[in-house]
Amino acid sequence: MRAVRLNPCPSVVEDLHSIYPALELRGIEKRFGAVHANRGVSMSVAAGSIHGLIGENGAGKSTLMNIVYGFHQPDAGEILVNGKRVTLPAPHAAIAAGIGMVHQHFMLVENFSVLENVVLGAEGGRRLAGGLAAARAALEKLGRDYGLEVPLDAVVSELPVGLQQRVEILKALYRGAEILILDEPTAVLTPQETTQFFQMLARLREQGKAVILVTHKLREIMSITDRVTVMRQGAVVGEIATKETTMRELAEKMVGRAVLLKVEKGPAQPGEVLLEAKNLVVRNTNNVTRVKDVSFSLRAGEIVGIAGVAGNGQSELLEALAGMTAPSEGEIRFRGRYLVREQLDPKARRRLGLAHVPEDRLRVGVVARFSAQLNAILGYHDRAAYNRGPLLDRAAIVAGCEAKMQEFDVRPPNPALRLGAFSGGNQQKLVLAREIDADPAVLLVGQPTRGVDIGAIEFIHRRLVALRDAGKAVLLVSVELDEILGLADRILVMNGGEIVGEVAGAAATEEKLGLMMAGVRGEGSA
Amino acid sequence: MSAPRKLPRWAELGLLPLVNLTAALLLSGLVVRLLGESPWAALKLLADGAFGSQEAVGYTLYYATSYIFTGLAVAVAYHAGLFNIGAEGQAYVGGLCTGLVCLGLGTWPFWAVLPLAVAAGAAGGAAWAFIPGWLQARRGSHIVITTIMFNFLAAALMTYLLVNVLIRPGQQSPESREFGPGGVMPPLHELLAKVGLTFASTPLNLSFVLALLAAGFVAVFIWRTRWGYALRVAGENAAAAGYAGISPARVTIGAMLLSGALAGGLGLNELMGAQHRILIDFPGGAGFVGIAVALMGRNRPLGVIGAAILFGALAQGGSQLSFDMPKVNRDMVVVIQGLVILFCGALENVFRGPLARLLGQREGGA
Repeated sequence: MRAVRLNPCPSVVEDLHSIYPALELRGIEKRFGAVHANRGVSMSVAAGSIHGLIGENGAGKSTLMNIVYGFHQPDAGEILVNGKRVTLPAPHAAIAAGIGMVHQHFMLVENFSVLENVVLGAEGGRRLAGGLAAARAALEKLGRDYGLEVPLDAVVSELPVGLQQRVEILKALYRGAEILILDEPTAVLTPQETTQFFQMLARLREQGKAVILVTHKLREIMSITDRVTVMRQGAVVGEIATKETTMRELAEKMVGRAVLLKVEKGPAQPGEVLLEAKNLVVRNTNNVTRVKDVSFSLRAGEIVGIAGVAGNGQSELLEALAGMTAPSEGEIRFRGRYLVREQLDPKARRRLGLAHVPEDRLRVGVVARFSAQLNAILGYHDRAAYNRGPLLDRAAIVAGCEAKMQEFDVRPPNPALRLGAFSGGNQQKLVLAREIDADPAVLLVGQPTRGVDIGAIEFIHRRLVALRDAGKAVLLVSVELDEILGLADRILVMNGGEIVGEVAGAAATEEKLGLMMAGVRGEGSA
Repeated sequence: MSAPRKLPRWAELGLLPLVNLTAALLLSGLVVRLLGESPWAALKLLADGAFGSQEAVGYTLYYATSYIFTGLAVAVAYHAGLFNIGAEGQAYVGGLCTGLVCLGLGTWPFWAVLPLAVAAGAAGGAAWAFIPGWLQARRGSHIVITTIMFNFLAAALMTYLLVNVLIRPGQQSPESREFGPGGVMPPLHELLAKVGLTFASTPLNLSFVLALLAAGFVAVFIWRTRWGYALRVAGENAAAAGYAGISPARVTIGAMLLSGALAGGLGLNELMGAQHRILIDFPGGAGFVGIAVALMGRNRPLGVIGAAILFGALAQGGSQLSFDMPKVNRDMVVVIQGLVILFCGALENVFRGPLARLLGQREGGA
């Protein structure tokens, strides 16, 4: 039977606290071919503390955490747990050293129960029954101690995301984790769930655990962490006590220059209705209703935001509007045309002036193995501008791509480079350039800044506002509340496939939206 | 990430296939050794049989012609993300249509018959590929399964037709009567003689030129037109195709039509060029060799031509080898072909890593 460390002797914990940090990294070096992912990274995390780790995409946070969890081996440098040097050739070695990790994408067997998921890989013997009974007792105690109660016999797929996350944390604690790494843990949570989650983290801290919180949300760093390590381009650019810093300072350290955290924009001047959805119902391939009877309209000169926790029908709504899927009921009117009845495909909709930046850029919006210039014509490839007789006009394609790259500051400005070789932010800028350059009347945008670094976020937000000010309409779907609050003139909140409320952008607060996202009906709803 | 390493273009298209080929030949040499023959002598016989004389070259290119057609067929489907195993059956049915035109219009002048024969072959091959394409696009039946089944259907159909319908009255073997003079593709040595060049008399014929033209057409179509662009987008990323308003279903059907049409070119070489009648099993496995040819040629027209010539050389040099070295029989030649396919296709990544490291070091040191 596997030993489960539940309550380390308090006096020992005290001693260890005073002498050694729970986790210390010294001069970690890691290269992947030409990429120098970690350059002499050192950081130190005390037991009984919450340590933030922030940095832009590609700053080396994930590489570093994967090294600590035994996925990657450092080229140089040492890892010390409680002052003792350890080598971590594989995750099981990290687990044995008391390191647990909760990944951004959960590693759970969906059709197993909570209990089965927790003991998976730590069954403790050939027969399952004995191990399960012992695990049940241990988990109930863990749940009480840390405020992590989960119905142990529930099937994981039927649990809400917040509880699934608890299961992941329980898994780590059950395996005796004293150091807990949480990778972007709040991405899937509502603001209210996030508050609960932070309370739970505080509890872990009280119990003497060391928690490493990897995130790109500055506000979370400020509200919960004790210390914060900032990484840029593979190196640590600062380790500061959270009390002694500000969001602005952290943002500047991350990016390496001053950034605007909030978009400047004047009041909206809404004009005529351009796009109108009426009683849209969208079912997925399993015939599950994902969008329920959604109606709204979008006017020229406004940005309408659709807020909601991921997976509440926003994606399906966006795809139906763009023409990638056909709604089962309802109609979409766009500049006097009936898009559903006329069965217009995405290409035809683009021609009418309805452009679309998809949520999942890499899977849907681009062909990663094609060059940038071929991606810059995706969806517009049969336009006369890019064709000469039966042949594609290569010169025009290259010139078009160069112009877009210049206008949207895509780096490196090399049209022949494979798209997959660009950073997320530059890929997104190219996609935006492609859709905005076609001069659409309405732009549908999903998660415009997902996986995009802060510098590019600022740029993308300014372009969206500029589009609005030019009299176009923007429909913005985002799970980032800050983004919705900063950009939208009107906000629709979706929950369970329905629009549960509408709030004017100026009147919106995080609390108000959070309640609606959790399903509480708000003002303006039916 | 330990994804396949990137090699420079010249190494990817030139060096890597060469290394793979060398490995295959080394292993083949070992097998020849075990049979008690000298590998070096065998290799010399093989090379000599394939390229040692005008006659040898003619036969090699004659075989290569068929492989170019079927290799292109597989390559086009591949770019649309489809694995067309049915080139054999498509070539069979396309050849039937070509043969029927030649039987019916054999008294017409050749230059009048040619376009009709080409069109008939393409149409027949395309029709045979259309059904699996349609089934995949509209019904989700996997194209690998259906194209294999359609090979058997084609074989059964042809056996029936040749035994019961097309057979020349009063003979035993299942063959049609001979085509009229209009249905005979001019041999290349005759065409060359007209411009004053002499070349040995071989089955190599005008369809070799047609195969090269087909390769040129494929190159332009796939990489230079908006339809080729749509085809490649759908093959690389079906979700992105849907997003761009490219219907993956229509691309699937279209790509299979083109693929089948190319496979249908085989009848021009085999029937009009060499046999001058319809006979049983005339594709002779060229449809399957086409898969290996496309694989080895990296699905690019120039690569397909090169790989087709290699496999043509193996076919021609192999028969010479088995003739001169009785211990190395026909089956042994199949083994060598198999090793080439194994190293160039299934194991193509084995030498990629070491090669990349070697080149990387050299570039780093320079």
